[in-house]
Amino acid sequence: MRILVNGAWRETGSPQLAAALAELGYGGAVVTTAVNGEFVAAGARERTPLADGDRVEVLAPMQGG
Amino acid sequence: MLELYGTRLASRLLLGSARYPSPAVLAEAVRASGSEVVTVSLRRESAGERAGQGFWSFIRELNVRVLPNTAGCHTAKEAVTTAHMAREVFGTTWIKLEVIGEEDTLQPDVFGLTEAARVLAGEGFQVFPYTTEDLVVAERLLEAGCRVLMPWGAPIGSGRGLNNLFGLAALRAHFPEVPLIIDAGLGVPSHAAQALELGFDAVLINTAVAQAGDPVEMARAFAQAVAAGHAGRLAGPIAARDMASPSTPVIGTAFRG
Repeated sequence: MRILVNGAWRETGSPQLAAALAELGYGGAVVTTAVNGEFVAAGARERTPLADGDRVEVLAPMQGG
Repeated sequence: MLELYGTRLASRLLLGSARYPSPAVLAEAVRASGSEVVTVSLRRESAGERAGQGFWSFIRELNVRVLPNTAGCHTAKEAVTTAHMAREVFGTTWIKLEVIGEEDTLQPDVFGLTEAARVLAGEGFQVFPYTTEDLVVAERLLEAGCRVLMPWGAPIGSGRGLNNLFGLAALRAHFPEVPLIIDAGLGVPSHAAQALELGFDAVLINTAVAQAGDPVEMARAFAQAVAAGHAGRLAGPIAARDMASPSTPVIGTAFRG
């Protein structure tokens, strides 16, 4: 299926968020996530299913004012 | 001492972490400023570059309290989701709440801001709302659960100082007990001194330091200006008057009468 990750379409075979993050190369990274505009806590990623067309945000600390 | 949501701070200067020439300059500027609070943000992370990972380790080594922002959010919903994400990754319930309403001025959308503040305060966040000097909005934000307000001096990054002195003085007078931090728009140290002289509790500076010719010296200069402005406020400024008032005693003046 195709999911939109940080604004770019990606192919994934992973049925849930934690697996998709690992597949996309985020393993071990300090990131925080949202699916379709809703925050998904780190502890909830494994039980968060993904569907074709889902919008996933993967954010990390950055400089800010 | 400045107290924000129960946290006591010796420094009345909060510093942004963006737009410095290098991380090393940022670290030195933080040290020179004496700031104990540094603002940070969240951005999309690339799996390949992992830029955020290094930045987060770097910030933690500065041993400061972080104040995450919701910069770039244009709706209450986006800001609330971003605040949830920031709380998880930064491990703090402090949030500098920004809901931008207009692109040219980056003026806050005070309606979305109030809505998001109510939701977040209800969830236990300590909300630092980036707002205007509007008294009614300030009242609504306090009703929503905010215990600190961050009115703008001028549009973000504009360096224009305190644009609406009358409005800001009215805000200060209207809410004498609420910590008020001037956020955005200050350009030079005298702007910061003026804010503290007016009775504001602190200032948040980013661009004016980060983009200065020498950010470290500018950070030091802002720290001195903030300390001077605060000391001046405590010392009781005289009232301004329209006509001259001789400072040298006039009794016994020679050549008179």
